[in-house]
Order: sequence, then C-alpha cells, then structure tokens
Amino acid sequence: MNFMASTQPENRLLGPQSDSQRTLYPYVTGTSVVALKYKDGILMAADMGGSYGSTLRYKSVERMKPIGKHSLLGASGEISDFQEILRYLDELILYDNMWDDGNSLGPKEVHNYLTRVMYNRRNKFNPLWNSLVLGGVKNGQKYLGMVNMIGVNFEDNHVATGFGNHLARPILRQEWHENLSFEDGVRLLEKCMRVLLYRDRSAVNKLQIAKITEEGVTISQPYSLKTYWEFSAFKNPTQGAVGSW
Amino acid sequence: MSSIGTGYDLSVTTFSPDGRVFQIEYAAKAVDNSGTVIGIKCKDGIVMGVEKLITSKMMLPGSNRRIHSVHRHSGMAVAGLAADGRQIVARAKSEATNYESVYGEAIPIKELAQRVASYVHLCTLYWWLRPFGCGVILGGYDRDGPQLYMVEPSGISYRYFGAAIGKGKQAAKTEIEKLKLSEMTCREGVIEVAKIIYKVHDEAKDKAFELEMSWVCDESKQQHQKVPDDLLEEAKVAARAALEEMDAD
Repeated sequence: MNFMASTQPENRLLGPQSDSQRTLYPYVTGTSVVALKYKDGILMAADMGGSYGSTLRYKSVERMKPIGKHSLLGASGEISDFQEILRYLDELILYDNMWDDGNSLGPKEVHNYLTRVMYNRRNKFNPLWNSLVLGGVKNGQKYLGMVNMIGVNFEDNHVATGFGNHLARPILRQEWHENLSFEDGVRLLEKCMRVLLYRDRSAVNKLQIAKITEEGVTISQPYSLKTYWEFSAFKNPTQGAVGSW
Repeated sequence: MSSIGTGYDLSVTTFSPDGRVFQIEYAAKAVDNSGTVIGIKCKDGIVMGVEKLITSKMMLPGSNRRIHSVHRHSGMAVAGLAADGRQIVARAKSEATNYESVYGEAIPIKELAQRVASYVHLCTLYWWLRPFGCGVILGGYDRDGPQLYMVEPSGISYRYFGAAIGKGKQAAKTEIEKLKLSEMTCREGVIEVAKIIYKVHDEAKDKAFELEMSWVCDESKQQHQKVPDDLLEEAKVAARAALEEMDAD
C-alpha cells in the first residue's frame, strides 16, 4: 500500500514532456578523480572545484564521500547528479544497516549497484552525468572500480576519470607497484594531481586526499600543491613560435 | 472478563449496544497471547526486550527477529501476530524514509508514532480489512531526546516511560513501576529488562524462550541496534542469578 506520490512523472519517449525530463548537458561539473590501491587500502584524490562551464565557480565542493563502513565514492561530472547518487546510496546503506545482522555492503556490492543504476538510466536516455570511482576494503580485500554515465565499468589497481585518464594513468602505469607505502602513494597521487593542475583548465589548486583502510575512511583537510612557473618556456611562451597561436 | 458479543462481533464496523467494537477487543486478545514485550525509557535512551517463545527445538537462535529497526534512530518491538507486525514495520520504515526525503531530517518519533497509529487505526474502519493482531512498542531518539510510544491494535498510541504488552504485561508493569527510570542509564536498564522478562516468564505454561533486546542510547550513538553480545550475556547471567535468589527464598 504505497500512498506516496512519485516525484517524477512517467518518462515517456514520445510526448511533450519527454525532452524536459532528460539530462541533456551537465551544468556544474567536477573534474578528474584519481585513485590507486596501496598496501593498506585505497588512496583517492580529487580537487574541490565545481565549474560552471568555463567559469571556476565553486571552490569548496567535496567530491569524495564515505559510503557505509567499507567504501569511498569519488565523482566527476555533474555535481547535482552526484548528490542524487549519494541519496540513493544513503537509502541503500540505511536498509542494509536496518537488518542489524552483522553483515554490511562492501565496495564490490556498492560498485555493482551503481553500475546497475548508471546503465539503466543510460538506457532510458536520462543519464546521471558522472564518472564514479568506488574504492574500499572489506575483510582484507582491496577493491577499486570505476563506472561512468554510459555504464562502462571495470576494476583495476589504479583508475582515473576524465582528464585523469589521459594525464594521470600513464604516470600510474609507469610508477605504480604492488604494496606502495602510504607516503609513496600520496607522493604518486600528488604527482598526478600536479600535472592535472598544470594542464587541465578546470582544475583548481585545492584538493583533498582520501584514504580507506580496514579501519575506516579518512579524508584530508583541503590543501594546495606547490607549483613552479619559472620554467623558461613559460616565461616567453611565443618565442620561436611560427605564426601566432 | 471476557464477554461474548454475540451478533455484534461479526464485523469491525459494528458497535455493540454498550458502545464497544468487539473485533478490536478480540484483536487485542491476540496480542495478549504472545510473549511479553517490554520497553523502558532510561535517562540516556530506550531499552526494549522481547520474550521470544520458542515453539520448536529446531529453530535457530537469532532467527525470527521480533525487534526491527525502523530508521537509524528508532526501532519497534512487536507482540502478537508476527506477519501482521511485519506489515506495520514495513509501513513505518517507508514513512520514515519518505519523511526524510521530503524534509531532510530524521522523522521525529512523535510524528512516526502518529503515522503508525493512523495506519493501524485505518484497518479498523472498513469491513473488508481486519484489524492488525499486534501491538507495537516504538522507541527512538530524536532531537527531543529518547522517547517511547506504544501502539495498540485499536490505533491508540500513547507516550510512555515504561510499557509492556503480551502475556506477562501485568506482572511486567508492576516490576517496571518499581524501577527508578529517571536515574538509570541504558546499561543498567538492559540488566533490569532482562531480569523482568526472566521473572514474568511462566515456566509452567511455556517451556523455552529466547531473550532479544535492543537499545537506542548515547552509548550506541543514538542509533538503534541490538544490544551488544557481551552486555546481553551479562544481562542474562544477572537475570538467572536474580531468579535463583528468588527461588531460594
């Protein structure tokens, strides 16, 4: 007996209401998320920027959130869709907790749930415009996965979204190895984030690094990376250039 | 005490000449036949306990949960027809999540009690629906502190600091009244509830029972959960000891 009205009208493919109900383009977006497995768990980094098109409008957006006891979710893409996903996951974790049976959803289960949600929305031509990174540890098993707005999902030892795929993954492929220490992992992530900061126009210099281990989640306070702009090529960028650029 | 409402008791939409609705009273009898359920409000939270009568030695301990979480901050202990109780719990869960999605905060316990009572009452208004054969003790912790409500099959709901339903409710109520609840912490409350349930359990009529307890208090970070195993064991030991002391007299 469900007397509650649904919050969304039926999604009809044809008809005057169909187009206004679909996501057509993102408005406020977050840029890359980078994550890797290390000795004790998962390390994830994301900056705190929310861009409104080409304007770097919001500079304190937390793009990584803990989910239940065992997982950490990082998102890039439409921030409002990320908030909606957090609401879905909140309800999922609530119902899981209410069983009160000593069991809890691990990162693999949460990743699978997110994949189903993203893929089903994509099939209705109404995607949640995000690329999600889901990492966690349960019973000693580390898990790191990614799922994006078209439902493509996979797990790997290191993942990234957006520009991170092009700029950070190559660095990780070279320098990642099994059983990185915490300090080495952070150093590696910072190296990736620095490259993204120099080269991604929607990156802001205010980031957080999150770690999840068997003990739980810690998300660092926001901090900035040191950058160096005294490279001679930056000083006189057009010197030696042919034509204008 | 039991009166036969011949002719006036066939439908829940019929009043008797002396102004009673017999179907509702009969529903209450179903609750009275079930194992005792107790709830108390201590100074830092709520403790609820259920005397789960074991009908068969084949049953796995820990199965047939009678206390259910309704939301993070509240839980419900059910007495009476278990299947009816599941419906009420499901409805309460959905009311709680709906409130949170609309208002952005956890449902106040008073509001939850009102909604559950309305729902139970609803089923006493139509001839094609039968009343729920279960009573529910609802305990929760919101920003007004810990609160305890009881909802009966008639749809009545009151707020209590100590409540009992089921077989041993009279004896249990007497015992609860002896306790100084305003000075008790939930840790102590757990022991007291265990003692009361062991005491009101009728060895002659019902053989075995399993004790199920839950709490929502400052110690559990205002989350409703089963009482931790070590505390539960401690409570059972204390309750059995108290019983032996009584028998020794």
